[in-house]
Amino acid sequence: MATYELKINGNTHSVDVDPSTPILWVLRDHLQLVGTKFGCGISQCGACTIHVEGNATRSCQIPVSAIGNKKITTIEGLSKNGDHPVQQAWLEHDVPQCGYCQAGQIMTAAALLDSNPNPTDEDIEATMSGNICRCGTYTRIKAAIKTAAKSGSLS
Amino acid sequence: MTLVRTTFGRRAFIKRVGLASGGLMIGFSWLAACKDATPEEVVMMPDEWFEMNGFLKIGDNGMVTIMSPNPEIGQNVKTSMPMIVAEELDADWDKVFVEQAPLNTELYTRQLAGGSQSIRQGWEGLRMAGATARHMLKEAAANLWQVPAAEITTAAGVLTHQASGNSAHYGEMASAAATLEVPEEVEMKDIKDFSIIGTSRKNVDGKKIVTGKPLFGLDTYKEGMLVAMLVHPPAFGMRFKSMDADSVKNMPGIKDVFTIDTYTDGTRKSFADIATFNKKVAIVGETTWQVMQAKKALAVTWEDSPDDSFEIDMFGRIMKTEYPSGKESSQSHALKMAEIGSKKGNVVRKDGNVDKAFKKAAKVLERSYSCPFLAHNTMEPMNFYANVTADHAELIGPIQTPEFMEQSVAARLGLTLEQVDIQMTRMGGGFGRRLYGHFLTEAAVISQTMQKPIKLVYTREDDMTFGNYRPSYYVTYKAGLDENNQLIAFQVRAGGIPESPLFANRFPAGAVENYQAEDFTIKSNVSVGAWRAPRSNFIAGAEQSFLDELAELAEKDPIDFRLELFDKAIKNPVGENNDYEAERYAGVLKLVREKSGWGKTREGVHRGVAAYYCHNSYVAQVLDIVNKNGVPKIENVCSAVDCGIVVNPDAAANMVEGGVVDGIGHAMYSSVTFKDGEPQQRNFDNYRLIRHGEAPRKQEVHFVKNDIDPTGLGEPPLPPVMGALANALYKANGKRYYHQPFMSNKPLLG
Repeated sequence: MATYELKINGNTHSVDVDPSTPILWVLRDHLQLVGTKFGCGISQCGACTIHVEGNATRSCQIPVSAIGNKKITTIEGLSKNGDHPVQQAWLEHDVPQCGYCQAGQIMTAAALLDSNPNPTDEDIEATMSGNICRCGTYTRIKAAIKTAAKSGSLS
Repeated sequence: MTLVRTTFGRRAFIKRVGLASGGLMIGFSWLAACKDATPEEVVMMPDEWFEMNGFLKIGDNGMVTIMSPNPEIGQNVKTSMPMIVAEELDADWDKVFVEQAPLNTELYTRQLAGGSQSIRQGWEGLRMAGATARHMLKEAAANLWQVPAAEITTAAGVLTHQASGNSAHYGEMASAAATLEVPEEVEMKDIKDFSIIGTSRKNVDGKKIVTGKPLFGLDTYKEGMLVAMLVHPPAFGMRFKSMDADSVKNMPGIKDVFTIDTYTDGTRKSFADIATFNKKVAIVGETTWQVMQAKKALAVTWEDSPDDSFEIDMFGRIMKTEYPSGKESSQSHALKMAEIGSKKGNVVRKDGNVDKAFKKAAKVLERSYSCPFLAHNTMEPMNFYANVTADHAELIGPIQTPEFMEQSVAARLGLTLEQVDIQMTRMGGGFGRRLYGHFLTEAAVISQTMQKPIKLVYTREDDMTFGNYRPSYYVTYKAGLDENNQLIAFQVRAGGIPESPLFANRFPAGAVENYQAEDFTIKSNVSVGAWRAPRSNFIAGAEQSFLDELAELAEKDPIDFRLELFDKAIKNPVGENNDYEAERYAGVLKLVREKSGWGKTREGVHRGVAAYYCHNSYVAQVLDIVNKNGVPKIENVCSAVDCGIVVNPDAAANMVEGGVVDGIGHAMYSSVTFKDGEPQQRNFDNYRLIRHGEAPRKQEVHFVKNDIDPTGLGEPPLPPVMGALANALYKANGKRYYHQPFMSNKPLLG
């Protein structure tokens, strides 16, 4: 066990855990930030996607010991009032069906638009292909990302 | 308006003891829902709620809470079912809170997610719940204003009496209305007067989903809760022998390691209790990661299991499922199906004489199709929270069959039904997997053993290797055309492991003079279960591919070829018990022909068409493929759907779009194969699910407009698209696809 000071969503959280614990389980089990989902545990489905220093990262594969001072953003911290352009576009297109994978989809999409504010269909497909949706909401996800890109309010 | 007696589901409308005087409601779990309330919701909260009936309560400020009785699995019933209540209540939808009802067999009927039946079976009761409350609000206003109730009108949560100029919102009348007698008869709206049903309303949980609020079973965290995981046999045909529990008991955070029997001899089991592996090892610890480490380290010895069987009570009929001993392989499965499928099966339906007709036929086409086992792969793995004490069981989690599981878990724990409380969380997908609630029972047994609250969590590997798969199927079609290219003989022989996918009375039964349907089954120890659109999820694609090839042989346009057959089924049906309405079937084909611009050719675009009927609804699809650098890319899918009245059109379109992607993905990429009884796919690294770049670029969904009471939608869009895909692929590259997954296009051989 070891103590870590984690910078998550603008706050500092102290946790005492085994160094090998993936950040996913630190978020869920220790900090009750359960918006980040467990899907596969081998970074194949993208349900656990968070931002580490702004980069979309699969939290199920990153041990807490590797985080250090890096800033983490989870779905709970993507925006203060749930009004990030991607979140708004998701609501406008009523994207979710079961909803379980959507936090991961949103985090990947938000990071994509951060680095590429006007993605083409091919850009979207390439980036989003790491996030599985069993309900099959891909068509709407693509439309929502385009809407968010057009909204022009991305920082 | 139509006057209807309030007999249907009346028990839900009769107020319970203790409520008669004040009307202040006590039966709802508002506090439970409150903790996740958004700031907007908190502001809108009334001081007092008044219960009108088991489905709704009205606040003194005019806010309305509508209970959604059925489990939410992503099919959007948590929005669409309350919309039906709100319609007949004449509520202002912007002032409606929706709350997931707990399991309550006293108040609600059929709290089950399955068979695309929630809206269809809930329709009348939900309407009546709203209409009854509206009637009581009008009575209350009539009493206060001293005017005839019949002169009072309602709209968007407001009561108005035009002549006297009186007006009040529902909240002002709720207290008085809640004390009134439930009427013997109520007026229900004419369909043409609907103002909420048929309009698109956003998912009531949308904001919570996109902001990561705890909604799912796996998100359950309670004070003092431990985490439990299971270790089950690595292969079908094996069982537990022994273990070295001490090897992990001292690992950090580990509390206990022991075996559990999910079911004990003599426990009554329903269909919802199907599970291959009965004895498993439970590991209980403080955190998920700690338990995962112990799970990897634990040394368990397994042994071959003998012939086994599992008896279930199928609605009063005892059905026995046999699990023969042995460790099976996909190779032997494929050989067995092909061998048995080449012989005459059990004749289920016979019209005319196919053998004679085939002899007379000018052209005969015979083709075989197959598909592998499939895992459900809900994105949220199986899990359940259980807190079982000597006289109570609190069970929280994702379950499609709470009513069945309440009965079986109560029997297993030695508790009464009254001592078992099941709360349904939003489900991170189901697709049939959560019809089988062994994980709920496992959680309860672990909690009872530990005498502590626990949350049972499956890893993805557990989830994928536990069974209750979509069965593997095989079908052979044979058809004969006469010299005028008329279909004169049709034979279908369908079987599978362990069940046949045959629907003997579905199209083209009824449209062919000489028709014969046969089935066969092969026993297996691999457990299976319902998977989105059971049986249809294979046979539709096979049948629609075969009809496409047959139309080509008959030198006819594939839509015209089908419409000719439907024409015959309409004008001169063959046989009885034909399980479809030919007019509605033809209707969706005509609609998709019109909307897709079928018949117009576009350079480089290859089109396939298919249509199917299941779960009381009709769906036709046209799928367009373009070849990009030699790789087929699905450009567009156009769906035409007849599911009766559409409650929430945009959400319904979403469901269709999802079914299309899901169907394409599984037909194209997915399979579970076995070697020595062991599933060869354990996680998403080698179990292929469709990914974003493989999904259609665009989709269009068109609904047939009619006044037929709503029918199913969760399942019907999936089956036909597999056929449309195969037919478009043929146009794109000249190859017919007979075996799923199409990516390999050969019978799976291990």
